[in-house]
Amino acid sequence: MGLRLNLVLGGTLCLIVIVAAVLAPWLTPLSPVMDADLMNAELPPSAEFWFGTDAQGRDVFTRILYGARVSLTVGIGSQLINTTIGLILGISAGYFGGWWDDLVNGLTNLMLSVPSLIFALAIMAVLGPGLSSLLIALGLTNWSWTCRIARSSTLSLKSQSYVQAAKTLGYSDFRIMLTQILPNIVGPVLVIATLGMGDAILAEAALSFLGLGIQPPQPSWGNMLTDARELIAIAPWVAIFPGLAIFMTVLGLNLFGDGLRDWLDPHMRTRPV
Amino acid sequence: MSGTRALLEVQDLQIDIVSAKHRHNVVENVSFTIDHGETFGLVGESGCGKSITALAMIGLLRSPLVISSGSIRFRDRELRGLPERELRKLRGNRIAMIFQEPMTALNPVSPVGRQIAEMFVLHQGATWHEAERKAVEALASVQVPAPEQRVKSYPHEMSGGMRQRIMIAIALACKPDLLIADEPTTALDVTVQAEILKLMKELCSARGTAVLMISHDLGVIAKMCRNVGIMYAGHLVEQRPVEAIFRSPSHPYTNGLLNSLPRLGSRGIHGRKRLQEITGVVPSISAFPAGCRFQPRCERASALCATTQPDQADLGDEGYVRCFHHG
Amino acid sequence: MSGAFTMDNRAGPLLRVENLSVHFPVRTGLLGRSRRLVRALNNVDLTLEKGECLSVVGESGCGKSTLAFSIVGLQTPTSGSIHFEGRAITGKAQPSRIERARMAQIVFQDPYASLNPRQTVLTSLAAPLRLQGIVNNGEVEGRVMEMMRLVGLSPDKAKCFPHEFSGGQRQRIGIARALILSPKVVVLDEPVSALDVSIRAQIINLLLDLKERLELSYIMISHDLSVVEHMSNRVAVMYFGQVVEEGRWDRIFGNPAHPYTRRLIAAIPDPFAAFTTPSLIDEAGAQGPPHGFDYHPREFGTHDIYSDPPASQLVSIGDDHRVRLVPAAA
Repeated sequence: MGLRLNLVLGGTLCLIVIVAAVLAPWLTPLSPVMDADLMNAELPPSAEFWFGTDAQGRDVFTRILYGARVSLTVGIGSQLINTTIGLILGISAGYFGGWWDDLVNGLTNLMLSVPSLIFALAIMAVLGPGLSSLLIALGLTNWSWTCRIARSSTLSLKSQSYVQAAKTLGYSDFRIMLTQILPNIVGPVLVIATLGMGDAILAEAALSFLGLGIQPPQPSWGNMLTDARELIAIAPWVAIFPGLAIFMTVLGLNLFGDGLRDWLDPHMRTRPV
Repeated sequence: MSGTRALLEVQDLQIDIVSAKHRHNVVENVSFTIDHGETFGLVGESGCGKSITALAMIGLLRSPLVISSGSIRFRDRELRGLPERELRKLRGNRIAMIFQEPMTALNPVSPVGRQIAEMFVLHQGATWHEAERKAVEALASVQVPAPEQRVKSYPHEMSGGMRQRIMIAIALACKPDLLIADEPTTALDVTVQAEILKLMKELCSARGTAVLMISHDLGVIAKMCRNVGIMYAGHLVEQRPVEAIFRSPSHPYTNGLLNSLPRLGSRGIHGRKRLQEITGVVPSISAFPAGCRFQPRCERASALCATTQPDQADLGDEGYVRCFHHG
Repeated sequence: MSGAFTMDNRAGPLLRVENLSVHFPVRTGLLGRSRRLVRALNNVDLTLEKGECLSVVGESGCGKSTLAFSIVGLQTPTSGSIHFEGRAITGKAQPSRIERARMAQIVFQDPYASLNPRQTVLTSLAAPLRLQGIVNNGEVEGRVMEMMRLVGLSPDKAKCFPHEFSGGQRQRIGIARALILSPKVVVLDEPVSALDVSIRAQIINLLLDLKERLELSYIMISHDLSVVEHMSNRVAVMYFGQVVEEGRWDRIFGNPAHPYTRRLIAAIPDPFAAFTTPSLIDEAGAQGPPHGFDYHPREFGTHDIYSDPPASQLVSIGDDHRVRLVPAAA
């Protein structure tokens, strides 16, 4: 029972974010960009503006809903790229070994030895700000753990006799990697992808905070925090709510990832008797 | 048979797996005695409860495994319910254990000499200096060549047979009364197995150590033991002197098991005969049948077998069988 | 021309292993700089006739598994060759994986590791057929069902996953998978040693039945000599990568010549020998090597898998019975 708690709690938090992102136009009548009203600037939370308003009088609640779209897109999109890269490199390196394995290993270690945010910063500096640059920057810099797990799992699966059997039965190497190895490593890889999504959302916030990510007036949780910097003393809600949104989302993803790992690990499940 | 009473007396042992929702029986009504210096064999297939029974002897059962009833008397002292402190004094000292895979039972980062010496420090209050000298003697006693050099070796530098010798040296260091050997040679090659069995037999009979030998290999049991118990699905179905088991197996399971094995030399005399199969599969713990647990696979089974557990039937040769239709 | 070629094939053995050596490079030393060769197989010669069960026995590390893997193409030989029906299947003329799959298959030891946990029985039996170009779903399923029946599995279990089967049933699936492409040679790698004792007879009987019915030829790798004696027509004893004795089963068991073979047979803990039959090996009856030769068993403790074995040859010492001899020391 205790094991499911992480999964349920994390899942609920993630679901809230997904609902917010998808249903944003229906959940709020206001626009995150257009409905600026300097008359209503810096109002505290009230029945009309649940999370208060910012310096331009825009509804913080509305901006957080639309910001969820950015966070989710960045989280899912970058992890799709990361996981694909990690799986292709990791499985092929583990399966073929030799110089290719040495090369992939070297590359992985290189990626792991430099903070990925610094890497992403460098890429953003070249590509310029924007959502697609964010996706590329974060998608190219966080595949090393997936790659490592995929490689080590492949190494141990490769010697399993069912993989050997597939070889004697005429399977091509590509088919063996696709049908015999990949399905048996999705579990751990899925866990890493979920946890990585949290990292990506944090990274997006950090890059946008630094002005390299999503450009104002388009809302993202990161650039909302940038705007809130000068208001933190007089209108703290402008900083608190985006911060809380990031915190809840990342917490939800981490809980869900942990729960997923425990659930996929047969040793952690209640003993089947 | 130095004492009047047996060294180890197990009476009606019952072990269950207990979880919040379920209670499954793993071992039931198991009784046997081991005399001082005797070698007793416990034979059965994987999952029959033989290893769990052995772990219960030294109080190493952990949740969800629970001893539900029965008694285990070692040198006239009840072990069941004994506090962990007391059990720890017995373990490694009076009752020692060796396992199938010595690599996992030995500490990989400590030289083997030190691991043996530890036993003397722990149980006999020896100083490390004294203990290390004794460790060299212990290594020599298990016929490890060049023991003075070997004490400094690490487990991974040794072959499987050598490692099992080290395990035996550790187990016998404090001259225990009882050695529990759980499949001690299953992971070894036959020629190495023969050497290890010979060594165990010599050392234990020289020191008067009793042995509880657990194995799935009837050949190993035949070579080593005086009495043998056959376990099937948590029941001790037949307990006899070892010769009687092989000459006239009484329980249909024992009989089936012996007939299902190819006999060395028999093809040369009788030609190739089709092996007798025991039909069906070994039941899983959650699906033990009612009544006699072998009954669904048994040729002699009757309606009675499906409902009632057979009691011990005396066979007159210090042995018993649990079967309504024993032969 | 082609007629003569076929004739030639029929005359030879089904499978011929010729002078086969496999050496593995291993890295040793602190930086893994120094490389040494482990000599897993040294100039092994064996033949397998049609319908025969040839058992290869020996202890762990003697090279018997390397030999098995070489035959089914999982190990590339360092030198030497393997011929199937007279055609070389190693080296440059190597057939494709698809082609080779129809020649020799393998049944693995551990029924728990030999089946993909995420594939149903149907999937793992059907995929090899599809790779051979059999695409008609009805035909594929028909063949799978037939094979399941043949190995004693109920065809309505076809959609089940491996974890729904017991160890013995899994081994039956492993056998079905090895036979689905109707290979002529089946390598059995310790086919019963991972099974419960009460299940072994079922699998041994099944293997012998299938051999008759499908006219199969087996190469069985085993360390269990009582199973070997029961199943084999011929036996090869391996020791440190070499065949030290080879011949008809009754000669190997009844009249073993090489000291290693004798030691192996004497070491078997036979439950019945202790009480019913006298010891099989009569030490006094040991026959000496022929004049001018020595058996030269490399004694335990002095062996070395890194160096070449001493010059030696397999010498015939009777009807279908050969033993490895070295020239006697002067």
